[in-house]
Amino acid sequence: MIKSEKERLATEMSYDKYNFRYDTKDYKVIFNRGLNEDVVKEISRIKQEPEWMTEFRLKGLKAFQEKPMPQWGANLNEINFDNIIYYMKPSDSKKTWEEVPMFIKETFDRLGIPEAERKFLAGVSSQFDSEVIYHSVKKELEEKGVIFLSMDEGLKQYSELVKKYFGTVIPFDDNKFAALNTSVWSGGSFVYIPKNIKVDMPLQAYFRINAADIGQFERTLIVLDEGSQCTYVEGCSAPRYSSESLHSAVVEIIALPGSKVQYVTLQNWASNIYNLVTKRSHAYKDASVYWIDCNLGSKVTMKYPSIYLLEEGARGEVLSVAFAGKGQHQDAGAKIIHVAPNTTSTITSKSISKSNGRATYRGLLKVYPDAKNIKSSVKCDALLIDKESRTDTYPTIEIDEPTATVTHEATVGKIGEDQIFYLTSRGLSEEEATTLIVLGFVQPFTRLLPMEYAVEFNRLIELEMEGSVG
Amino acid sequence: MTSMKIKDLYVSINEKEIVKGLNLEVKQGEVHAIMGPNGSGKSTLSFAIMGHPKYKISSGDILIDDESILGLSPDERAKKGLFLSFQYPAEIPGVKYSNFLRLALNSKRKYQGLEPISVMDFHKIFKQEIKNLGIDDSFASRYLNEGFSGGEKKRSEILQLSILKPKIAILDETDSGLDIDALRIVAENVNKMAKKNNLGVLVITHYQRILKYLHPDFVHVMVDGKIVNSGGKKLAEELEEKGYSIYVKEVAAE
Repeated sequence: MIKSEKERLATEMSYDKYNFRYDTKDYKVIFNRGLNEDVVKEISRIKQEPEWMTEFRLKGLKAFQEKPMPQWGANLNEINFDNIIYYMKPSDSKKTWEEVPMFIKETFDRLGIPEAERKFLAGVSSQFDSEVIYHSVKKELEEKGVIFLSMDEGLKQYSELVKKYFGTVIPFDDNKFAALNTSVWSGGSFVYIPKNIKVDMPLQAYFRINAADIGQFERTLIVLDEGSQCTYVEGCSAPRYSSESLHSAVVEIIALPGSKVQYVTLQNWASNIYNLVTKRSHAYKDASVYWIDCNLGSKVTMKYPSIYLLEEGARGEVLSVAFAGKGQHQDAGAKIIHVAPNTTSTITSKSISKSNGRATYRGLLKVYPDAKNIKSSVKCDALLIDKESRTDTYPTIEIDEPTATVTHEATVGKIGEDQIFYLTSRGLSEEEATTLIVLGFVQPFTRLLPMEYAVEFNRLIELEMEGSVG
Repeated sequence: MTSMKIKDLYVSINEKEIVKGLNLEVKQGEVHAIMGPNGSGKSTLSFAIMGHPKYKISSGDILIDDESILGLSPDERAKKGLFLSFQYPAEIPGVKYSNFLRLALNSKRKYQGLEPISVMDFHKIFKQEIKNLGIDDSFASRYLNEGFSGGEKKRSEILQLSILKPKIAILDETDSGLDIDALRIVAENVNKMAKKNNLGVLVITHYQRILKYLHPDFVHVMVDGKIVNSGGKKLAEELEEKGYSIYVKEVAAE
């Protein structure tokens, strides 16, 4: 009895600090459940979108309705699309921090967002449910011509620029969930970095599901013009509700020649969220794309950030970290497609499984014929915390070019008895020792995060590890 | 004044009995040396004292201040004031040396009802101690034991000893892998801790050479799982001269 109570607490408590919810009486618009053409048209109408976008949405809807549910990877058959609310609007967008409603500020306070805001004073964009409610870009960036807006605002102000790139990396019918996102997307970010502009401070966005049964479908488009650089950081979270919610985002990145972009995700969804995200980038001549992707929480995550190396000298790197706790399935990985010669790539995957959690690495490395002299390395490390935890690896490697240099390495580790003995002999408890070993395991990832995100990430891992021993 | 008593101790690993009826008492401030040939059960004894889960105590007892510690986990034993300097310390990738040591120190301070030490204060102590032991500054940011040379591992263990300040320390083959200069520095530091901090030391060794610098008050000869002779420093010199053969024969003749 005591043991099961402890186990229950361990799984429930992990999210307590994040389990603050607010009622939705202050919301301006709440749609009925379910999805059809009228819902899509109404979203587009409220947002006063150009006609091409309305049509694009409807094409997405049709593709979504026609495509069957994917039957590979994690089990998605329990998702009931008729029970989801596809659009919700808490209040009007705010330009300054002072205008943001108190209950939303409190949320940020608890998550340390104001610290980030104060420190960086760069762009912070935050999304509650469907709508971006707070967004600011430092004046300096504006003067350089940097655009960092909500996707909605971006579409309003830069319709032609958006039209040129929107849906070009991830087509409207790419997969069922990308199609769904195309039809009902709301919020997300639009980023444009002009030629040769280097943005040192990370652009930060924060996404949050607040209400029960809401689907969140943010849409992000990042365009780096020639020779430009930026880092984009997104954090995600949601409180715990008894019913399940769906998060299905689409992120497209276009890295034009000589540009360099780093996209960092730190997500901690509640353990009943389906997190099904399509992230893809195109890298042109001598451009570099880095996806740093951290998956904590959720019930099911399916996410494989992709990089198409389209022209010579392009470089891609994906670092994916997943923590699968009790009842969770993290199906994550990466896809890298070498289309052009002399391109290089690295995939590093690190996963931790605890209790009956399951971490899956699923990856694709593809080399086209005549993509000569490419170099690629894939490394997957899995750490199992206990006997119930599970990990599996599905690396697909398709090479149609004999000059390719490809290395692949996979390890599955358990926490060593001698490591625990060593650390406990110095006075650390078994739980502290285990947590320390896990933090060490993910350290190659943590060191790449901006400071306050690294601290937050370590704290989340510590929460996940609570009650994991004994 | 803390003392560790080992009473008629039997230890087995994988059903095989290694330590067979060992008696010993180490008090704070005393330096004891256990010497013995390979396979006499010296390392088994040190793991059993610290509470490694693989080592089973089939009978006998280990007491700290007359209280049995057999039911305690390794971290609880550490909090009672025990410390083991490992012959082969485990590598913990990705864990920064100084972070780990600060955590360990703070868990001890918490047990003693003290406030955690600040990062700044810790680094002051850390800097001082690595200087004493002739360790490179880069140690702080290296990963715990990862890629350490044999000599670095031993110095690192003594560094932890000097920062965590236990009451009784077991040094398992601390002399192996150290050159003469390093051996002298390590031994001098241990001597100083014994005198200044009243540290009780149980050094386990195959060779006599560490005893040249580390001046034991008591020397014990361990053969086939028990202590067969005890004496002063002279005994160590005798062993160096004549080897363990007379003891091995005696045991074999039993």
